[in-house]
Amino acid sequence: MIENFLQNLDTLLIYVFGASALVAGALMIVLRHPMQVAMALISAMVFLGGVYGLLGVHFIAAFQVLIYVGAVMVFMVYVIMLLDVRDPSFKRRFSRFLVPGIIAAIVFVEVLVYGFAQGQHATARTTASFGLQQFAVAFLNEYWLHFELTSVLLVAAVVAALAVIQGGKRHG
Amino acid sequence: MDKLQFLIFLSVALFALGLLGVIVRRNLLVMLMCMELMLNGVNLSLVTFAQQTGTAAGAVLVFLIFVVAAAEIAIAIPIVLLLVRRKRTLETDAYSDLKG
Repeated sequence: MIENFLQNLDTLLIYVFGASALVAGALMIVLRHPMQVAMALISAMVFLGGVYGLLGVHFIAAFQVLIYVGAVMVFMVYVIMLLDVRDPSFKRRFSRFLVPGIIAAIVFVEVLVYGFAQGQHATARTTASFGLQQFAVAFLNEYWLHFELTSVLLVAAVVAALAVIQGGKRHG
Repeated sequence: MDKLQFLIFLSVALFALGLLGVIVRRNLLVMLMCMELMLNGVNLSLVTFAQQTGTAAGAVLVFLIFVVAAAEIAIAIPIVLLLVRRKRTLETDAYSDLKG
């Protein structure tokens, strides 16, 4: 009885977290100030981390919070605080593409949902999800080249960021 | 609705919301954040598919997307700072002279 309820609680919490992430994503479109948008995005990321944790991939949940919220969004919030708060783009939220953008988004969702509805559904297997050990073995045995290439990508990103700043100083 | 099906629809909705934000918002930083939302939607679909098939390939791809997102932000923020230093605004209409 209790275990049955706990299993249902798991599923229920996934629905709750998913719906909250959706609400936070919708708030990102509506809110005015970039700081409010950043807070909405952070909450969406944390809710998605909760979904990952409930799905059983705990390490991805941890990295979602550590990398996205802890590094990327802190950087973003820092830049928002660095810049001027009296920007004219804060007064008018939407560009002139508001109506075409909404139409495009609706059509996009329609097409994708139609595609998913047409496709054959693999039945959801309720087998135990893979853990960190299985992931790490697969990562470093089969995908070691990709792992090394990400380090190259990160070094290139750091060098490019430095180059952008230096070039801007020279021309500005 | 099935749990995994709900997650797939949620990922589609998040991606569409991010795309909508990139199109309709005027602020450069908000557009960047909406791109992050799109990446999050893709991540959710990858995790869902990895759960469905029971393989680790989806999770590996999620990690690569984490790295790409970090690199993207590391490049995009200096570019935004340079643009703001030149035009003193975050509004995208001010940069329409970049049109070819």
